[in-house]
Amino acid sequence: MLDISMGREITINQTSSELTFRDILGSWKVRWGINRMNYKVEPGLYRIGNPDKSSPVFVSANYKMSFDSLRKELSGFDAYIMVIDTKGINVWCAAGKGTFGTTEIINRIAITQLDKVVSHRNLILPQLGAPGVIGHEVLKYSGFRVIYGPVRAKDIRDFMNAGMKATSEMRRVKFSAYDRLVLTPVELVNTIRPSLMIFGVLFLLNLIGIGPFGFVDFYGYLGALIVGCVLTPVLLPWIPGRAFAWKGWLLGLIWALIVNMFNGWPYAPQYSLLKALGYLLILPSLSAYLAMNFTGASTFTSFSGVLKEMKTAIPAIIISIVLGVILILVNSFI
Amino acid sequence: MRNRYLKNVSTLKMGSEKCTGCGKCLEVCPHNVFVMTNGKSVIAQKDNCIECGACVKNCPFNALEVKPGVGCASAIIKGWLTGTEPSCDCSDGSCC
Repeated sequence: MLDISMGREITINQTSSELTFRDILGSWKVRWGINRMNYKVEPGLYRIGNPDKSSPVFVSANYKMSFDSLRKELSGFDAYIMVIDTKGINVWCAAGKGTFGTTEIINRIAITQLDKVVSHRNLILPQLGAPGVIGHEVLKYSGFRVIYGPVRAKDIRDFMNAGMKATSEMRRVKFSAYDRLVLTPVELVNTIRPSLMIFGVLFLLNLIGIGPFGFVDFYGYLGALIVGCVLTPVLLPWIPGRAFAWKGWLLGLIWALIVNMFNGWPYAPQYSLLKALGYLLILPSLSAYLAMNFTGASTFTSFSGVLKEMKTAIPAIIISIVLGVILILVNSFI
Repeated sequence: MRNRYLKNVSTLKMGSEKCTGCGKCLEVCPHNVFVMTNGKSVIAQKDNCIECGACVKNCPFNALEVKPGVGCASAIIKGWLTGTEPSCDCSDGSCC
């Protein structure tokens, strides 16, 4: 009889809890949107320190920043990290899509032959993976029990010291001013392409004699971008109201008033009332739209909530911008 | 200062007759929505719910219900434009 039960080789890659300069530079780059969609590690089993059969197994996504933020908290640990294939997407977003999910975990356990590497049957998952994972099904099909660790990797040491128990504090998602700040560069970078198109259109309008659009328009627009993409996200909880678009609109309105006041309104206006009104209609709406898009980066918005806010915000933004553009164009012809 | 979002919008529902009080939902919820009262889990802070679906998936007794979705405006806009279900499609760098 043919023996086909030949053991496959078990591959375990060595990694460390030290982040190199390249790792830190890589994180910084993806924050600015550089190489962000291809920042991956190879899925598989990794060892940190000198783990044995009783060492804990942590599960991570194959987005390199997820993997790095886990391993950097594991200094002094002897442990395994099982990296699953989430197509280079972070734990939370991949869980929402289902790629950080039940099937992938069960398959990855089989591929890495985890059952031969460790003698216990526990997997420690990041809590934010839970929207994609049916814990009791992983147990049913793989024999491994899913234990949800803390939300933040930096609480792992306390979690392990407490006998794999998370305090309710560790279970809660926070969204500090710093957390929000690090997300803003990518929001800004995303506006570069549409902005260049808008500048192109304004340039063409200048060429054919409708205009002129100049420095005030330029910094007015740029300011509205910064208000929507950076200032509103950072100041989020302190801005009155709840809807993101509203918060962005409010700060944008202040910015539009500042722009008009810079230009002498109401005592010595440098441009007509039509243009001043045009700015008041366009700039806050622009900030509102960009602030609304930050819902996707935030940690506390729901689908139903965002939908509700959009049903009011989108028509209001469109009407306001169209009216503002008409006013400014009319102003150019006078 | 605490971040708060819109009130009375979450679609989260608890079928308390199915709840056994195992506490799994308290474990996976990232926003402290549930509390354990008299051996059963109760939705205490519904307005904290972000409809991520972690509790629904991990409830071994199917006691919970929610319409899961992404709280991401650009994903919803893309859904409208392309006529598909909004999904947080990070692969073109628009969100998350």
